[in-house]
Order: sequence, then C-alpha cells, then structure tokens
Amino acid sequence: MTTTELTPPQAEAKGTPVVRGPGRRRVLGAGKQMHAGPVTYLVLTVFALVSLAPLVWTAIAASRNNERLAQTPPPLWFGGNLFKNLQAAWEQAGLGTAMVNSTIVAGTITVGTVVFSTLAGFAFAKLRFRFSGLLLLLTIGTMMIPPQLAVVPLYLWISDLGWSNQLQTVILPTLVSAFGTFFMRQYLIQALPSELIEAARVDGASSLRVVWHVVFPAARPAMAVLGLLTFVMAWNDFLWPIIALNQQNPTVQVALAALGTGYVPDQAVIMAGALLGTLPLLIAFLLFGKQIVGGIMQGAIKG
Amino acid sequence: MTSSKQALAHPATSADAAPGSQPGAARGAQGRGTPPPSPDSWRSRLYRWDMKASPYAFIAPFFIIFGAFGLGPLLYTAWYSLHNVQLSGLDHQTWAGLDNYKNLLSSEFFWNALGNTFTIGVISTVPQLLMALAIAHLLNYRLRGSTVWRVVMLTPYATSVAAATLVFTLLYSWDGGMVNWLLHFVGVHAINWRESDWGGQFAVSSIVIWRWTGYNALIYLAAMQAIPADLYESAALDGAGRWQQFRHVTIPMLRPTILFTVVVSTIGATQLFGEPLLFGGVSGSKGGSAHQYQTLGLYMYDQGWGIGNLGKASAIAWTMFLILLIVAAINLLITRRLRKSQ
Repeated sequence: MTTTELTPPQAEAKGTPVVRGPGRRRVLGAGKQMHAGPVTYLVLTVFALVSLAPLVWTAIAASRNNERLAQTPPPLWFGGNLFKNLQAAWEQAGLGTAMVNSTIVAGTITVGTVVFSTLAGFAFAKLRFRFSGLLLLLTIGTMMIPPQLAVVPLYLWISDLGWSNQLQTVILPTLVSAFGTFFMRQYLIQALPSELIEAARVDGASSLRVVWHVVFPAARPAMAVLGLLTFVMAWNDFLWPIIALNQQNPTVQVALAALGTGYVPDQAVIMAGALLGTLPLLIAFLLFGKQIVGGIMQGAIKG
Repeated sequence: MTSSKQALAHPATSADAAPGSQPGAARGAQGRGTPPPSPDSWRSRLYRWDMKASPYAFIAPFFIIFGAFGLGPLLYTAWYSLHNVQLSGLDHQTWAGLDNYKNLLSSEFFWNALGNTFTIGVISTVPQLLMALAIAHLLNYRLRGSTVWRVVMLTPYATSVAAATLVFTLLYSWDGGMVNWLLHFVGVHAINWRESDWGGQFAVSSIVIWRWTGYNALIYLAAMQAIPADLYESAALDGAGRWQQFRHVTIPMLRPTILFTVVVSTIGATQLFGEPLLFGGVSGSKGGSAHQYQTLGLYMYDQGWGIGNLGKASAIAWTMFLILLIVAAINLLITRRLRKSQ
C-alpha cells in the first residue's frame, strides 16, 4: 500500500472544500470543471432518496401503531402516535440511562483518542527518537487486528476484576486509536512548522509546554475532525458493548438490540427507539456534516 | 540556523552555544532571544532528559493501552483457543491442544458460516464499491450545493448497526413490509426474507450496502480530486469522450484507492456481526432459523456466549485472523503485480 500525504484540513477551516492542501489547487480533476447535466442531478437525487428514505420512514413508522404497520400498503405518511411511541420506547428500553451511558462512553473515548493521538502523532511527526520508524510501522500494523481477537480474554478479565457491566470496560479498550495517531501524524507533518517548536525550545520551554502552547493550537482543526469521527464510531460501537454490558447498564446500541429481540415486538415502539438512538448523531450531522465529510475525505487517502 | 530537525535532535549543542543564564525564569521578559540553559545546571540536565524522554512519554499511552487491551488479549486468545474454557466454569480451564480447531474444522456450522461470510461479503462489497464509484464520479462534477450532496450521501454512516438493522428488518417483513409491497408492483410475489436462504443474505447485505456506500464514495471522491487535470486535458485532445476519460484516466489513477477500499471492505465483511444478529430477531445468534446468514463473527458469538464454549470461540477468532492475513497477503501480491505492470 502506498502512502499518499494526507492534506491538512486548514482549508476547511476557512470555509472552502477540503482536500486541497498547498499545491493541490492546480491539480483538481477535470471532472470538477465540467458542469453537471440534468442526468447527473437526476441520478444523484435517486441515490440521495435511497440514503434518506429509510430514516424518514423510521420517523413515519414511529408515528403509527403496530397494527397499522402490519397492514398493506405500509404507511407513507405520519400518524399521530409519535410522542406516545417515543415515550414507550424511552421507558421500555431504558433509553434514559442508555443515553447518559453512551454520552459518557463516547465522550471519554473521544477526548482520550484525540489527546493521545495528538501526543503520539506529534512525536511521530516532529520528534526524533530511537525506533520511531519501527514503532510507527507497528502502530499502523495494529489496524489489521480485528476486535474479535480480544473479546474472550477481555471478557474473562473483567469477570475477574468484577467490572462486569461497568462503563470502563467499554471505554478502556477503545481509548486509543492507531488510525487517530496516524491521522494526526500526517496532519502535523505539514501543519506544524518545526521552527515554531524550535523557537519554543530555545526559550527553554519544556516538552509539556511545547505541547500545550504550540502543538495543540496547531492541531486544533484536525483534532476537531478526529473528535467527530471518533464520537460517531464510539456511539455506534456494537460488538464489545453487547458482550460486556447487560440490560441494567446498557449503551444506546445495547438497549436498541434488546428492544429488537423481544418476543412480542411492538414495531412502532422499536422504530421510535431506533429514531431516538440515531437522533443525537443526526443532529451532529446537521451541525458538523461538512467537517465529518471533510474528515473522511482526508483520512481516506491512505491508498 | 541549522535545519529544524537537527536542532530538535541535538538540543544540547544549541544549549552549549550560549551558556550562563537560567532558562524559563526570565523567559517572559526577554522573549525569544533568551539564551538557552547552561549545560551544568540541574535545569539543563532536566531539560535534556525531558528532550530524550518526552517522545516516549507521548507515544506511551497508545502502546500501553493498546498492549493491555489489544495485543495482550490477542495472545491470550491464542492461549485460550488451546484450552477448554466454559462460560459456566471459568475457573476450570484444561489443556485441550488443537481440539478446538479440530472440532471447528469438522463442524458443518463452521463451513456454513465461512461460506455465508464469503457470499454475503461478495454481494455486499461488490455492488457497494461499484455504486460508490458511480456516485463519486457524479459528485466530482461541478455541482450546485456540492457539500449538501456529500452530507446527504454520508447520512447512513451516522446510523448505527442496531438502528439500521431494526429499520431494515421492518422494511423486509413478510406481511406488510415495504419491500414486498413495492415488489408486487413489478409482479414479484412476497418473499419471506427472514426465513429464505438467499433472501436473508441479500437483506443483510443491503443493510451493509446502505450504510457504507456513501462513505466509500467520499473516499473515491477525494482520490478523484487529486488526479492531475492535464491527464484529462490530453485525453480530451486525443478525442476521448467523458466515458472514455472515466475508463482510461479515472479508473487507472484510482487503482490504489480501489484496492484500499477492497481491503477495508473485506476486513469489514469478515467481521460482519451486528446486522445478521439483529436481523435474525429471536434466532439472532444462530443467524436465522436454519443458520442461513450466520457469519463467522456471529458463529463466534454464538459458540462463546450462546453455547458458552469460550475456548472454541477463541479458536474461531484466530481462524478469522488467519483468513484476514491471507487476504492481506493476496492484496500485497496484487499491488506488487500492478506496480510492475505499470
């Protein structure tokens, strides 16, 4: 796999589309210059509808009742049961606790991942130390290890520690990220002038001072993007939480899973639950959609 | 001034150049011109130690936490896969040698799960990446509201496995389901998606396709925007139309990115778990009433936490890892071959 330089997201901070680092402006694909015809808009509209329709329909289904959902044709417009169903889902699935838990879990993982990735990324990008190349290779290599490989021992250990059903079991294993470290390294190579660090050094600043006053400010746009991506991932994580947590102390995903596997499912209530569980991220998408898109496009060019 | 890298690598030399003053203390007043620390003071020794140790301190959290919760368990999983470990008696672990693996290879459910993982992987990855390529190509035109299109395409990514699967399960329900209702307009009889063999696999795949197509489209779009414009210009001069430009310029230039997405999607497909689990409803961990869509990830969960045989679950996990390594090796070979041919 070749490693193309990641382009820094400072362009995005100025409000222009991303992936256009210095020197890239000239080399945009020719397709970019060609205006889209009506067929393009038509096809894109179809894809956009397919993207959004299941979500809109979730809201429609959540506003109906179970009997209506079992009839043909399925409802295509909103009914009057939305708030009743939302309340039922909230109570049946214990979504209150689940929301708080998911917020704590995803929030802590996000802060941890962003801070630790920035520190490690800075070291790999700008500091010289023994075995740095090897250690970076090792970091990238760990992305190959599937999470399934860790769950059995982790499960046995938390049982031993008496940590079953406690949030730290979900937080700790995900607190650092190889992808995040690599992402921050690629960003800081370009975005952090070595002269700045040097100047701070000449002033006699300690490493922590350099990190606090030079690295963190320079890394802020990338930290924001990494934070958003991490939050989405942590909020939606499924495999380990469903093994480690039970229904007394679930995350949103664990609560939703339990809601869906009941023996007498009330579909309208389940849809209300799915809607509630997705809502925080949909709101985040409304607010930060552009940054999330930009982040994926930057992080993506690893090919 | 020496190059920044040198200065960073040898802080002591710059400190030697201007001895005799305390760092830090008068820093605020004298600003950037403050002479660096004297080589003998405890401060300067601290400073040098700080320079040497701090890189390791900065990377330590990653390696400590990853070692404890990623690499350590990886090795322990191998250990447990050679033992008999039951969920009901965690304290009684006995050596089993390769029994778990033998057991696995002689189990028809393992081969079934392996086959399902492969077929679901193919029918979810291939259409997903082809559509992503098409969407990226369209998004690469000069569009009105280009950011809005991108965000809309990515919205399914915000949906969790759990939420998406619950919604699609209802869409695919036999009675009154949206999909069967739409199919009857084109003269197709209602399909029992959950119970049928290929129907269930198709339904599970469609959830994966829905969630990840937009994500892959953005990856392709990023790569497309990095293709030099002169390539298109010269292709146009040679009389290539839009389609020919796409085939002969865009696709070849995208090759490394396409390979990358193939590998990432393959890794994802190998680990497929939440979609079949929740799509199956009550018979979830079995992957449907007749194991129609039990993947390897689901089989591992079922053996470990459904049946309670954690030793066997560990063996399944390591088998999955070996499969991934083989996939990675094949990818490396293909990449090499491609590079040679270029």
